[in-house]
Amino acid sequence: MNTLKSVLPKAAIIFVIFSLLCGIVYTGVVTGIAQLIFPYQANGSIIEIDGKVYGSALLGQQYTDEGHLWGRITNLDVSTYRDADGQQLVYAAPSNKTPAGEELEALVAGRVEKLRAANPDMGDTPIPVDLVTCSGSGLDPDISPAAAEYQVARIAKARGIGEDEVRAAIESCTTGRFLGLFGEETVNVLKVNLTLDGVL
Amino acid sequence: MNAFLQYILYLAVLVALAIPLGAYIQKVMDGEKTVLSGVLTPCENVIYRIMHVQKDEQMSWKKYLLSVLAFSGIGLVFLFLLQLLQGVLPGNPQHLPGVKWDLSFNTAVSFVTNTNWQAYSGESTLSYLSQALGLTVQNFVSAATGIAVLFAMIRGFLRVKTQGLGSFWVDLTRCTLYVLLPLNLIISLCLVGGGVIQNLKPAQSVPLLEPIAVSAEGEIIDGAVIDAEAGTVTLDGQPLKGAQIITEQFVPMGPAASQVAIKQTGTNGGGYMGVNSAHPLENPNPFTNLFEMISLLLIPAALCFSFGRSIKNRKQGIAIFMAMFLCLVLALGVVALNEQLATPQLMQGGAVDVSAVEQAGGNMEGKEARFGIAASSTWAVFTTAASNGSVNSMHDSYTPLGGMIPMLLMQLGEVVFGGVGCGLYGMLAFAILTVFIAGLMVGRTPEFLCKKIEPYEMKWAVLVCLATPIAILAGSGIAALLPQVADSLGNPGAHGLSEILYAYSSAGGNNGSAFAGFNANTVFLNVSLGLVMLFVRFLPIVGTLAIAGSLAGKKKIAATAGTLSTTNAMFVFLLIVIVLLVGALSFFPALALGPVAEFFQSIA
Repeated sequence: MNTLKSVLPKAAIIFVIFSLLCGIVYTGVVTGIAQLIFPYQANGSIIEIDGKVYGSALLGQQYTDEGHLWGRITNLDVSTYRDADGQQLVYAAPSNKTPAGEELEALVAGRVEKLRAANPDMGDTPIPVDLVTCSGSGLDPDISPAAAEYQVARIAKARGIGEDEVRAAIESCTTGRFLGLFGEETVNVLKVNLTLDGVL
Repeated sequence: MNAFLQYILYLAVLVALAIPLGAYIQKVMDGEKTVLSGVLTPCENVIYRIMHVQKDEQMSWKKYLLSVLAFSGIGLVFLFLLQLLQGVLPGNPQHLPGVKWDLSFNTAVSFVTNTNWQAYSGESTLSYLSQALGLTVQNFVSAATGIAVLFAMIRGFLRVKTQGLGSFWVDLTRCTLYVLLPLNLIISLCLVGGGVIQNLKPAQSVPLLEPIAVSAEGEIIDGAVIDAEAGTVTLDGQPLKGAQIITEQFVPMGPAASQVAIKQTGTNGGGYMGVNSAHPLENPNPFTNLFEMISLLLIPAALCFSFGRSIKNRKQGIAIFMAMFLCLVLALGVVALNEQLATPQLMQGGAVDVSAVEQAGGNMEGKEARFGIAASSTWAVFTTAASNGSVNSMHDSYTPLGGMIPMLLMQLGEVVFGGVGCGLYGMLAFAILTVFIAGLMVGRTPEFLCKKIEPYEMKWAVLVCLATPIAILAGSGIAALLPQVADSLGNPGAHGLSEILYAYSSAGGNNGSAFAGFNANTVFLNVSLGLVMLFVRFLPIVGTLAIAGSLAGKKKIAATAGTLSTTNAMFVFLLIVIVLLVGALSFFPALALGPVAEFFQSIA
């Protein structure tokens, strides 16, 4: 009991010290330096051109327009978030479905059918897997180069432009692996669409 | 081929960084001079002066334990109240209300026990103040507590006929000040540079390129034609009444990078965002992913080398490291193979391309395009080997066998590296068990690191080793019997049982990752998982310190020709066998009903 009495005040003091040091000072210092050196990254990589905002380069959106590049399957959430004026905002979540179950099997079959119908030029070419699956965040901003190539003919037809032009837009928005080794090569879907729309 | 190279490089980078860091941590924890001493020693001394603490105080194991419990207890109460009251406190630009008592209890326990199980989504539940002053602080100090207890145990092995195990206050201070703060300052700035957010702004909204139509019931209308200017929605030529048009997307903000860094290095794992490091604003690209993934296993791996140096027997540290590393590589192989092969359900008889040409291929459900199979599988194995629990892909959507391995790694008691400090002292308990069993087999007196292992140490070592299996099996057994738990399941059948088993394995291994389709935010689950986390964190701490206290009081015995070597390949093999045996015997029946059953169903 006596030991506890001698220990408790020390525990309280050191808790206060480290709360201030790790909670306030550390967070504050990192925030300060981040805002100074990396303002674009630290504030959400939001694309702004001539004062107009065009979304975050890091957050995927849902596209259904035939002339736009489509991204990963989205699982949208329209009920959780509202802006200050009470307007509904869209966000997204992962599916958390097992890839070995009948439920996802049926969903994927539906997606295959829809993509085949939208991309008649591709015939029976197997569809890249990232086009028929939901991502880990639900907000994946990227697709693989194979998934982008699958859509080139459709986009070109819908826009009445050459496939080369579409491919050039895709290529300009493709990022390689880090150091040529780590992660995967990806195509940023929003940037491709902004390029096609003539914004970027 | 590239994937294979990635696996090798991730492991190589990890080992290359762990060795020097291990040397540095040993210097810090043994009170030696380091490169940062010039700057940090004055700060350190100020802290001791405020606390009225003697730098060279020697605590008995009971006092050391009491200090750990008092410090953790205060942290628990503070974090619980902070969340309850966040609605009336500053640092809350989103005007989020206070957190409900059961969720608040669960989260407080979760972060104090270095588990970071999360039954909530950060961006819709916690204020910036709760995240920074509550969670970030516990991320630091719960990690430092684990390392402190480990070094108390090391001193138990080193010291002869004495009571003292060092001072918890000094260990806690030095670890936080010299190791965790500088390391995380560097990592968090690298993460921001890579694109992780770090600000104090309220959440933003940005316009959508294509607006979305939502029916009056809140359902998204597929195939609707939207005239944004006129504000009308038509479907197949028919105007839809009461339909809403959503034109903007929610963009979460806040001080994320600073918390993400320590959640990785401290094997905490609690994400700033609900989907953790799968979120593009928490882990935007392969560059940040490399940083986050290596740092999640860095300190646990480094501590093996610190241990060897501190105990003045580097070979012993390497032997323990090898046992852990071999298990890690084995696990990685199984996950990588299963995820790359995908499932028949995904392949649709060849209509879907899962090959690795111009794409990652494989099972991409629940995985991000930028990480693909290699970086996702490696993360899944690292995070469950270390008791980290952060994720960069959704484990619920792993293939049956690919998802079983992360579960098994947690069930083994989080000793394949495990949490910072606690993984290694857990493994040392297994090592004591191993020398005992090996000793029985050949008729030798069990001894470890020149200390005789007697019934008192054995009893505690067994409790430390069995705390996790008992907690997981009892917890998931009770939960599986309760009808209301079935409402929380996100998938039916065998996968549903896996979700329950995973939840209790995660809590019972102080891991924190989840099969996230499982809705864990109910009163029963919050409270029961909270109790499991407390049990498996503090019972091993009691056991470890009791063993340390008893060992410190013993004399050293000289190694003779009759002493069982604990540094050779034979010992490494025996240690792995004992760890797997305890895990397999405890969990094989449960795994057979969950992931194994699902695997056979899926290929039938």
